[in-house]
Parts: sequence; structure tokens; C-alpha cells
Amino acid sequence: MNVIEVKNLKKIYNSSEVKVNALNGIDLTIEQGEFTAIVGPSGSGKTTFLNMLGGLDSPTEGEIAIGGTDIQHLSSSELIDFRLRNIGFVFQAYNLIPVLTAIENVEFIMQMQGVSKPERLQRAKELLTQVGLGDRVNSRPSKLSGGQQQRVAVARALASKPKFVLADEPTANLDSKSTENLLDIMEELNRKENITFIFSTHDQRVVNKARRVITLEDGKIISDVQK
Amino acid sequence: MTTNMRLAWRNIWRNKRRTLITVASIFFGVLLSTFMTSMQEGTYSKMIDNVVGFYSGYIQVHHPEYWENKTIDYTFTPNDSLEQALKNNPSITSYVQRLESFTLMSYKTSTKGAALIGIDPEKENKMSNLSHWIEKGSYLKPGDDGIILAVNLAKNLGVDVGDTLVLISQGYHGATAAALFPVRGILKFPAPTMNSLGGYIDIQHAQNFFSVPGKYTSLVLMVNDYGKVNQIKHRLKAELGKQFEIMTWDEMDPVTKNMIDADRSGAYITKGILYTLVGFGIFGTIIMMMAERRKEMGIMVAIGMQKSRLSKILFYETTLLGFVGVLAGFAVSLPLVLYLVYHPIPITGEAAKAYEQFGFEAAMFFSAQWFVFARQLLIIFIITLTVYIYPLVKTLNLKLIKALHS
Ligand SMILES: Nc1ncnc2c1ncn2[C@@H]1O[C@H](COP(=O)(O)OP(=O)(O)O)[C@@H](O)[C@H]1O
Ligand SMILES: [Mg+2]
Repeated sequence: MNVIEVKNLKKIYNSSEVKVNALNGIDLTIEQGEFTAIVGPSGSGKTTFLNMLGGLDSPTEGEIAIGGTDIQHLSSSELIDFRLRNIGFVFQAYNLIPVLTAIENVEFIMQMQGVSKPERLQRAKELLTQVGLGDRVNSRPSKLSGGQQQRVAVARALASKPKFVLADEPTANLDSKSTENLLDIMEELNRKENITFIFSTHDQRVVNKARRVITLEDGKIISDVQK
Repeated sequence: MTTNMRLAWRNIWRNKRRTLITVASIFFGVLLSTFMTSMQEGTYSKMIDNVVGFYSGYIQVHHPEYWENKTIDYTFTPNDSLEQALKNNPSITSYVQRLESFTLMSYKTSTKGAALIGIDPEKENKMSNLSHWIEKGSYLKPGDDGIILAVNLAKNLGVDVGDTLVLISQGYHGATAAALFPVRGILKFPAPTMNSLGGYIDIQHAQNFFSVPGKYTSLVLMVNDYGKVNQIKHRLKAELGKQFEIMTWDEMDPVTKNMIDADRSGAYITKGILYTLVGFGIFGTIIMMMAERRKEMGIMVAIGMQKSRLSKILFYETTLLGFVGVLAGFAVSLPLVLYLVYHPIPITGEAAKAYEQFGFEAAMFFSAQWFVFARQLLIIFIITLTVYIYPLVKTLNLKLIKALHS
């Protein structure tokens, strides 16, 4: 089953004097259960592409269908709700709400979805245990290391039971041990629970863990390799 | 506590120092403004009490042309409809009849012009506690044929208790009025202007003196709620039509009323400046907070929080900030003001003399009426609402990608 279908996706930034063709006609299909890395040099369009897939920004041209829904046609508030119910996000850093504890951060997204208190408490605990933070549930983000924060972010992304998780350079701010640890957790979740992960990176060790590697250059896919 | 509220509460304490400074500025604003308002209202109500309690009452009923002419020719006899109207209005607690006019008072070689006020000694005493101010001699007995005089007038005339005054005036339609009245007592009021005003005699003797048996110049009404004065006036007017003139204390004493109004406007400006400063303090804090949290807000919206909910959290943050400040302000101002209501600050020395010259007791009075406090709460709430426009606009127009990249 196709989770994401992208057709002829283009993004042109007009903001400065020079027009930037950040994405130059991308066609792509992503299936349930993929563990896919988007790679490419800095400025190749990785972030722009992930933002489009996540419904955070709108394309200049082309179509994006997520689980069969054309997201261009959603209003801005419908789109927010769509993201809440269908997409998990892990950003590069400062992902978490600093005034909420780890478990509250994970619960929060479920609360927005309307999940009952006991159910979300239980799920949040389970998820935090899965990412190896069962003993840090009551810590605020500032009391956690960068790697631990990213793991909470993964737990939060999964809490909403999304169709896929988008992670834009999730390990960019992590040391190699934390990077490996985070990737192992993501891989395990992918393998055991068939959760779809799409992440961008320029760290070769991260690329090596991916089962599909899509390479961008100047806003175009120059290679798409399944391992 | 809702999640929004909890988030807001924790957010405002993220930068403790800044929040404490903001709260402190609101605290001082509220404290100063409460103190000032309380003192103003205390002073005003003292002024009004002086005017109303000792002299005019809250409302007076006159002959339709009395106030303009103020002569004995415009007296009236109360009729049934007037008595019914007064009786049927539960807000009118009591009323007394008076007959007053200008009179020349002579003793030996000195003559002074003064007000002569005919009163029902018992009723008048019940209403304004007139006998309380007798400094020397005694108060009028019912049907008494003597006079009680205000202390400065007595001094100027050189009379004392037991002396007999000669009173000369014009009676009804030009009739000559002249009579002798022995001085029964000397009155000393706390409001010094009252002390030169005149003398009181029994109302029946006054009616005989002015040749207007059964007639009065005014009915003086007391009411149970100062705030209802205008409402009562309008009801009486509606019931009585043009037969009588109905006047409120401020219409009869525009000087006091104008003084209060002028003082109020002056105070509005002072408080306006004070609260503007407080408002900019809050605004500055909110601007900084919004700037610091732009990325975080972007992430919240990215993961699925509606902007409207984000703006709601910011609404709580802004108003909570104000509310904490107001509560802190009340925590100090409420006990302070309550204390001062029961222990007015006495004024001494030269200032005290100035106060007395203008007819005031030499003390600073305070009021703890609910609106003294409610007004501060309302002002801070309005300020925070105004400040809130900024985060409201900012959150609703949040540019997601820009916020995420900030
Ligand atoms: N908001 C923007 N306005 C203008 N140009 C942008 C904006 N965001 C990205 N770009 C440009 O688009 C191109 C792709 O950027 P990006 O997607 O961030 O690449 P990557 O994540 O691979 O480094 C770059 O040339 C970048 O300068
Ligand atoms: Mg990037």
C-alpha cells in the first residue's frame, strides 16, 4: 500500500531577488513500512522536500497524496488536523515543549487527538520505555541529553499512531553513540511494528542503516536505491 | 486545571526574573492606584456626608419656584399625593420638614445676617444627629421657643447661652417678622463652614415668625443607598409631576459636586499615566516572550496544534500575568485600605488649618468600597486584553516555515 504519492513536485522560492528552484519535479512513491533515507549535499532540497511531505509548506506545483488524501486541497486548519492524525515529526533539535515533562510531551499529542487520560498515560509510558526512557518519564527536556530528547521526540511522533514519521536530520546534533542508539531504536520500531520512517541525513553511518536511499541534487532525484 | 492553563502557568514562570519584575510593576501600579482611589473616594464621601448629613439631605422637595428665589413666598403645604409618594418608596428612609429663610440677628450693638432654619427638633435630631454637636447649653426641646446657634455666629454676635437675640426678617408677602429668641445652646460642627451658617428654631415658631402656618420651604429626604439618588428623584418626579421641585444634593451644592468632578479628572490623568507605564511593561514582556518562543510555537503547530489553541494559551499567559500582579497588589492594598478606613490619617499643623478653612475635617479619609478594587482589576484586565492583541495577531498569522527555521 502506498502511504505517500508525489507527482511532479516543484517548489520555487521567490522571497529574495533570485528565484530558487528548491525542488525541480520530483516523482516518488513511499510504501507502508519503509525505512528510507533522503540524502544529498547541503542545499539540495532535503528539508524543502520533507516539509512538503509533512504538509508544513505548500508546493508551487505538483501533487502530494497521503493515504489517498490530496493535501493541497485542505484548508490551513484542516491541514493542521491532518498532520496531527497522520504524520509524526522529529525535528533536528528543540523538538519538545520545554515546560512539559517527557511523559507530558508524549501525552500532549494524544490529548490533542482526544485520547482518554488513562489510555494516553499508559501509551506514553510504554513508548518512553520502548525508547529506553522508562526511568526518565518525569524529567523536563532541559534535564535530558540531546540524544534522550530526540528519543522522547520519536516517542511523541509515534504516540499519535501516524501513517509515517518524518525526521529531518534527527541526528545532526548528536554524538556518534547517541546517533547509533537513536537509529537502533527507529530501526527496531520499524522492524517490529512496521512503522514507516523517512529521514534526511548526511551522516554516512545513518545512510548505511537505511533500506532505501534517495539522493537529491539541485532539487532532483538523481538516484533511488533499494537495499 | 486545564492543559492550556497549566501550560500558560508554567510558561509565565519560565523566566522567573522577568515575570517577577512585570508582576512587581503591576503590583505597584495597583497598590498606588488603589491607595489613591480609596483616598479620593473616602474624601468625596466625607464631603458629601458633610453636605448631605448636616444640611441638604440627599434629596429635597420644594415649591417649584423656591430654589431660584429662596424666599418665604415660595413655601408649600405637603398634600396627600406627596405623602403617599414618600411613603411608598422603600428607598426613602426618612424625611424632615424645614422652613428656612434669611434673617437679621441682633444682640446689643451687633447685627449679623444668617440663615434661620425652622426644624422639628426630634425628627431632625433622629436624622442628622444635630444635638450631638451641641457644645454648650442644650438642644431644642419640642415646641421650644428658643434658638440654638452655630458657634462662630454666636461669637461674632457676642452672645452666650441664656442671652436673648432679636430676629428681624421679611415674612410672607412682605409681612414684617420680628421676635425675641433666647439662646438655648451653641453648636460646634466638625465642618467649619457650618459654624457660621445660622441658627435653628422650632418649626412651629418659625411658621409663626414668617406668617406661613402649616407651610414649609423644604422636605429633606434621606435614602438608604447613595447610588440610588437619581433613580429616586426620577421616580418622585414621575409621580408628582410639576407640583413640586425635586432636587438632589449635587444640584443644590454644585460647588462640592464640581470640586469632586475636577479632582476626579485630575486623578484619572495621574492613574492613566501610571497604568500606561504598567501596560508598556507588560507589553515589553510579552514581545520578548513571543520572540523567544517563535520556534517552539512553530513546532507546536507543526505537530498538530491549532493556532487558535495556541492563541488561547497566550491569552491565559497574558491575563495570568496581570492577574498575579493584581492579586499581589490586593494582598497589600486591601488590608492597608481597610486599616485606613478605620484609622484616618490625621493632618496637623498649617495644612490642618487650611483644611478647616475649606470646611473639611483635618484628616485623610479612605474608602474600601468594592469598586475601588474592582476598578483596578478591570483596568488591568483591559490592559492585558489590549496587550493580548499582539500575541493574538502573531499566533494566528504564524508563518510555520519561518517559525520553524528561527
Ligand atoms: N524559505 C526559503 N526562502 C528562500 N530560499 C530557500 C528557503 N528555504 C530553502 N531555500 C533554498 O532552497 C534550497 C534548498 O534548501 P533546503 O531544502 O533547506 O536544502 P537542504 O535541507 O538539503 O540543505 C537552498 O538553495 C536554499 O537556500
Ligand atoms: Mg536541511
